Amino acid sequence: MSANIINAILVTSLATFMSRFLGAISSEGIKENSKIFRWFNCLAYATLAALIARTIIFPAGILLDTSYLCRFVVVTFSIFIFFITRKNYVYPTVFSALSLAILNNFF
Amino acid sequence: MIYKKFFFKGFRSILSHDSPAIALGCCFIAIGALLKNLGFNIQESIFSTMLTYALPGSLVMAESLLVGASLLNIFLAVWFVNARLYPMTVSLFPLMMHKSQPKWKYYFSCHFIAVSAWLIMKSNYKKIPKNFRIDYWIGIGSATWSVAVLGTFIGFYISEYLNKDMLIGLAILNPIYFLCMMVGAAKTIQITLSVLLGIILGPVFYYFSPEWSILLGGVVGGTIAYLIGELNVS
Repeated sequence: MSANIINAILVTSLATFMSRFLGAISSEGIKENSKIFRWFNCLAYATLAALIARTIIFPAGILLDTSYLCRFVVVTFSIFIFFITRKNYVYPTVFSALSLAILNNFF
Repeated sequence: MIYKKFFFKGFRSILSHDSPAIALGCCFIAIGALLKNLGFNIQESIFSTMLTYALPGSLVMAESLLVGASLLNIFLAVWFVNARLYPMTVSLFPLMMHKSQPKWKYYFSCHFIAVSAWLIMKSNYKKIPKNFRIDYWIGIGSATWSVAVLGTFIGFYISEYLNKDMLIGLAILNPIYFLCMMVGAAKTIQITLSVLLGIILGPVFYYFSPEWSILLGGVVGGTIAYLIGELNVS
């Protein structure tokens, strides 16, 4: 089991580092005002947004044990709190953790 | 070598009142607890966070190990999930490239590319002279990476005291924090559309291909947002 774990960690790090390293090499010829840079910027933001949406709507791990309704309510209220607290990041984040832990017992 | 003034300035950026350090640390506490439950020992758990330093990738590895997947399967699954790091790197590193800086700094510090560090750098890079941005970035990356390692360590040892509700609370912190940061960063038409389209298309593509959904959502959504933004400017 232990050898399997070490191999899995090594394989995971290699797969992760590959994307980062290829990105660093590709960046060498790209100027920050170029069209290709703006395109990659859009790709990065859209990919992150897709990842976050997938994590919330189709979660893996322990979030699978919570209902869609709970997650939807928590996300909606967290965004609402984000705006009414003048874009403070801490309040909505703390609210989301507490409210989901509590709501999950009821729905 | 590394210019200390900007390195420490970057390192201290996680101490601000709205820093991602708490959310990031909490998520890695959950990862530490998860790895312990999977049979990892403390060395393996720390080793995993140090070398991978990407939450979705660590989750995929843990789930794959649980179902007995082969190393090739783990490699491909993690590669798909973490392929987002490529456009993230290409959209950040040109902002830090400077001919006075040695290349090893860029190759070494690309390991720190992760959502939290990336978003901090994107919000602050304009305040830093271009020739020292890489030192500032290494400071941010070292700080967030240390928080992740510390979180894993704490999670491993307190896992017995965490009940299911606590773990659920910890697991939602990071997506909500990142969502708020993305909404906060949406100040131009291109970025706003990228975020909106990514949120819509990521789950839509999941119905056709769960493995490719993040990449497809990102590429299609990002390209549409880019084209609309360019048309709008011209």
